[in-house]
Amino acid sequence: MQQFANPTQFLSLANKALPTIWAVTTILFALGLYGALVTAPPDYQQGETVRIMFVHVPAAWLAMLVYTVMALASAVAIIFRHPLADVAAKTAAPIGAVFCFLALATGSLWGKPMWGAWWVWDARLTSMFVLFLLYVGYIAIWQAIEEPTRAATIARIVALVGVVNIPIIKFSVDWWNSLHQPASVFKMGGPSIAFPMLWPLLVMGLAYTFLFLALHLISIRSEITARKLRNLQIARGEN
Amino acid sequence: MRLLWALLRRDLILAARQGGGVGTALGFFLTVLVLLPIGIGPDQVTLQRLAPGMLWITLLLSVLLSADRIFQQDFEDGSLEVMAMAPASLELVVLTKAFAHWLSTSLPLSLAAPFLGILLNLRTETIWPLALSMVLGSLALSLLASIGASLTLNLRRGGLLISILVLPLYVPVLVFGMSATTGNPEMIMPSLLILSAMALASLVLAPIAAAAALRAYLK
Amino acid sequence: MQITAENLSCERGGRTVFSNQNFKLGSGEFLQLTGPNGSGKSSLLRLLANLAEPSLGKINLEGGSTDLTLGQQAHYIAHSDASKSALTVTENLVFWRDFLGSGDLMRALQAVNLAALADYPAALLSAGQKRRLALARLALVPRAVWLLDEPGVGLDESSQKLLAGIMNGHLREGGLIVAATHVSLGLKPDSSLVLGGTP
Repeated sequence: MQQFANPTQFLSLANKALPTIWAVTTILFALGLYGALVTAPPDYQQGETVRIMFVHVPAAWLAMLVYTVMALASAVAIIFRHPLADVAAKTAAPIGAVFCFLALATGSLWGKPMWGAWWVWDARLTSMFVLFLLYVGYIAIWQAIEEPTRAATIARIVALVGVVNIPIIKFSVDWWNSLHQPASVFKMGGPSIAFPMLWPLLVMGLAYTFLFLALHLISIRSEITARKLRNLQIARGEN
Repeated sequence: MRLLWALLRRDLILAARQGGGVGTALGFFLTVLVLLPIGIGPDQVTLQRLAPGMLWITLLLSVLLSADRIFQQDFEDGSLEVMAMAPASLELVVLTKAFAHWLSTSLPLSLAAPFLGILLNLRTETIWPLALSMVLGSLALSLLASIGASLTLNLRRGGLLISILVLPLYVPVLVFGMSATTGNPEMIMPSLLILSAMALASLVLAPIAAAAALRAYLK
Repeated sequence: MQITAENLSCERGGRTVFSNQNFKLGSGEFLQLTGPNGSGKSSLLRLLANLAEPSLGKINLEGGSTDLTLGQQAHYIAHSDASKSALTVTENLVFWRDFLGSGDLMRALQAVNLAALADYPAALLSAGQKRRLALARLALVPRAVWLLDEPGVGLDESSQKLLAGIMNGHLREGGLIVAATHVSLGLKPDSSLVLGGTP
């Protein structure tokens, strides 16, 4: 972990790793999309539209994963005072928010052919919507506080309070939904999901993860550069 | 401890004298209550069905809108800095101030709301479950609001920001607050127990988070 | 009791406000901080008050209470008054007395010459009277260290003499004072620290 502490060292490591990461991402997406569009069978009820699942579900996974990454980075920032931890958390948020939005949009598209409505308040979509609001709040707090050190401290608290509440929110939304709507709307078949459907899903999940990794590294890189620029400007102002 | 008691007394006196306490919150509550039938239509059946939810949501908004009062003034006039140098921890100071907010604003609102529900044709047998769930839930509401207030201290557009940050945290309270009013008497006790658990959990989480945020602003 | 500061540095918003400051302050001594605006006088006081942490260096405290931080054994009087206009003068002081420890209300009111206005609402006080109300905290609750940020501002001549009197009394009883000021407070400092000298 120490070797990542020096921003310049981190930058050089990131630059070396990125081409490989992009290559892996491309391969995984190619593989996953092939499995999703070609080899996976259409659903007996939903027909071809079930293929949206291969975009929607991994996006939802990543939305959750990225928030967890943000919270972990915030915890590392507090406990170890690692200089890049705050940067990691800050830059992950917009990417996670986009995944979250993608999950919401594809969830809506998936639902339309089945229920004729552009939006249904089922448990998963509702929880995802609240998660999106948590992302928005986190990003907003970084924008709202001008002083960078203070913004970082406050953002850490926001991320950690959020991550603690996510399971509670999910539990309560699931409960609320079961009160009002007995049947689970998005059928995925749970553990008995057929293998031809399962492996493209997992591959797509991995593909999204590597995509996040690539985008995250690029984002951290720009943030570090922006801070260097700011420090240079401050130093210039003092002379 | 004597100093926390002195702080509680002072905050309650200030809430009573300065306004922004129950009176104003109640005024806001009534205003929204007037707008609802105008927006939804005066049909008694519809209003009755929507009443518990509308009352809960109005309670959430009222607590949130009065939350920036918790720390703002003390921060602006320098009192908060002096409080940070007291023999008691800042966490206990936060807890006391959030508790004062509950006593002066959220609690009175939770007691009044179910009875104001008559304006929305609330079913009589729902009044007591609603009152109990609101009293318990509103403690969590004030505590969670104090987290939001501390995170957005002195920020422009802080009010909007508090809402974005805190309303997601209110979802569980709303869900279980509402589940006590479904009309199924078996649901009442479990819902109230869960609301108490949430209030207790907030009692621990809120002071830790809020004190950490306040320290960042006091630097 | 003694405060020792070693190699103290302070950062705000990524900028170094001051660095490598050293000083010693013992019982009965008065340290005066001077320097141009933005040189970090307030920041140094806030470090001592434990409201902020130094980016480098440390502050040692010898003597005093071991379970309290330096900030918890200090008074910090800054630019704001920390008083509520909705309360009377007495109610304000009673609150601080109960909150910060214990103290003699009458003595404090007399020390800042506000005894006649004891039941006056703080909202109706003049600016100078409000400053005196803020300073009353010093005479109200006994604390060993006084951290004062421009305490003379807003005080007329007689009030400044009152302040000098209170400060002298505190030093005589073995207290420590660190005060940032542009003007003379009427007391001769035992040591001086000039921040933000020309590079």
